Amino acid sequence: MSAVRIYVPCDAAALSVGAGETAAAILAEAARRHVEVELKRNGSRGLLWLEPLVEVATDRGRVAYGPVHAADVPGLFDAGFTDGGAHALAHGLTAEIPYLRSQERLTFARVGLIDPQSLDDYREYGGFRGLGAALSMPPAAIVECLTESGLRGRGGAAFPAGIKWKTVLATPAAQKYIVCNADEGDSGTYSDRMLMEGDPFVLIEGMIIAGLATGATRGYIYLRCEYPHARRALQAAIATCQASGYLGADILGSGRAFDLEVRLGAGAYICGEETSLLESLEGRRGQVRFKPPLPAVAGLFGQPTVINNVITLASVPIILDRGAAHYRGFGMGRSRGTLPIQLTGNIRQGGLIEKAFGLTLRELIYDYGGGTLSGRPVRAVQVGGPLGAYLPESQFDTPLDYEAFAQIKGMLGHGGIVVFDDSVDMAAQARYAMEFCAIESCGKCTPCRIGSTRGVEVIDRLLAGEQAAKQEALLRDLCETLTHGSLCALGGLTPYPVLSALDHFAEDFHKPLPARARAE
Amino acid sequence: MPTNPPRRVIAIKPERPSTLDAPQRAAIEGVCARLQATPGALLPVLHAVQDALGFVPKDAVPLVAHALNLSLAEVHGVLSFYHWFRSREPGRHLMHLCRAEACQSVGAVQLEAYAKRNLGIGFHDTTADGAITLEPVYCLGNCALGPSLMIDDELHGRVTTRRFDELVARAKASP
Repeated sequence: MSAVRIYVPCDAAALSVGAGETAAAILAEAARRHVEVELKRNGSRGLLWLEPLVEVATDRGRVAYGPVHAADVPGLFDAGFTDGGAHALAHGLTAEIPYLRSQERLTFARVGLIDPQSLDDYREYGGFRGLGAALSMPPAAIVECLTESGLRGRGGAAFPAGIKWKTVLATPAAQKYIVCNADEGDSGTYSDRMLMEGDPFVLIEGMIIAGLATGATRGYIYLRCEYPHARRALQAAIATCQASGYLGADILGSGRAFDLEVRLGAGAYICGEETSLLESLEGRRGQVRFKPPLPAVAGLFGQPTVINNVITLASVPIILDRGAAHYRGFGMGRSRGTLPIQLTGNIRQGGLIEKAFGLTLRELIYDYGGGTLSGRPVRAVQVGGPLGAYLPESQFDTPLDYEAFAQIKGMLGHGGIVVFDDSVDMAAQARYAMEFCAIESCGKCTPCRIGSTRGVEVIDRLLAGEQAAKQEALLRDLCETLTHGSLCALGGLTPYPVLSALDHFAEDFHKPLPARARAE
Repeated sequence: MPTNPPRRVIAIKPERPSTLDAPQRAAIEGVCARLQATPGALLPVLHAVQDALGFVPKDAVPLVAHALNLSLAEVHGVLSFYHWFRSREPGRHLMHLCRAEACQSVGAVQLEAYAKRNLGIGFHDTTADGAITLEPVYCLGNCALGPSLMIDDELHGRVTTRRFDELVARAKASP
């Protein structure tokens, strides 16, 4: 009898709830029972509430068990899980789990399916086909394909990727750069991390194609240092690509050169802003640059630079492989393709959902998420990271679309959705938004640097009931200054969570003092 | 012939002697030699120094500045800008506790209070036994499984107060 193939994720989220111990327990129990097991460490399927999610390969397909902790392992062997046997933790075929079955996985097509470090797995599941296509195309045709696909920057700003690339291609320079923004600092987001850990080759492939399209020969992945697992995954995958001719002076014998390395950030949220990131890469404080010049014209070390988010670059290979029309066929309005949505916070079934644009928050929170983890009613949802608006239940029918969110003074950002139940104090959330801005402000412009600290103070006075009406007027005025006077999105968007909390949850700002003291 | 007025000298505080010991100095110089040709070398150098020594001593600043042909102000400016770099020696283990919204929604504020009370320290401080340094962090990318914390390079999710106690006990018992 051949060995049973068992998958246990090596994704950081899975490890955080014990996947490492589960894997060790499976091996130990298999040895004790003389069962031959081939343990594969895959990325996460994104069904995070089921982590550690163990899968067993059977004739019918991969059967899911989860969450499987080390203590559950002997019982699973007793139940014959190595043949896909029934058990309380069994969920049937993984691919048939409704949460997963209903998704449209383009960028995340391989994540969770393959061993992230296996080049053979990567190629078997369609890897490097996009690169193959790109190698046979002139640069302008690659850029045209990207433009046609309608892909917009997935980091948050949603700028059309094709336009950036076109500018870099059209700007002559001896050295151009591809920079991947992997400084995923927004709370409620982890799609970059999951992708880098679960399918690092697709990001590398996307960056190589970006290099071919624009004439850049050097790439940097600027990765936040809070992601040690992603760092190891990327570095190993880059070394593999260098050893097998995908990276280096002569990509697959084409005569074209591209090489890349990982650079670590150092815990500054602002470095997710593209010009701060470039400053940081050059070895300076991560302070925002004035624009123009655009990075596409004068970016890293003053040279033309493509700077794109992880998901943007990782979506490039499938666009080149399947064609622009295929990708464009997903989505709504001007939001084309798919968005990896991250359902997080106080949610029963948190995870990653890659779907075409257009789902509503309600579908996500209730149909996918199953409501709150605590079982209490949902009160507010923050979409788009710490600079995103807090939305009340009345706005849950807003479709996930860049323009629809802009209309309700919100933003989709990087696709993170944080759910709060009715125990949340929205005044505390508004105060935290100002506090966060104060901690993370780069200090270059006054509204953000000083305004954020003053914002915390004004909210404190408002909550203490000191001339509340006057404080509220002052807070709104301050937010207006931040919105219009800040250099970048940190100061410019901090008013979103503050004002949305104030507008939609005003009652939390005017609680009588004893109630507030008790709550604390 | 007019006599020159006596030259006025602005007294400069003499540099205090370096507190680096020989192995620390060698580590810093080794890192600088290895990385000084890297484009935009300062962050990689500071990371490498911190990886080697656990922190970036104040007295590393002149050595790094000299090797990279930067001013003291430039190096100090970068060192103090980024939250990740530490100028003080940490405890044996680093605990990064997430303070961000997704973790807040599942009790991170309460966990933070519990952590500070039980470790008997605030953020950026080290426990009296030198075992744990507590640092805030703004997102560990584990937002569906919060509250989260990271001990050294190990990520932990769904951290209850009981789990917190277990993790602390384990860290205190290990070298």
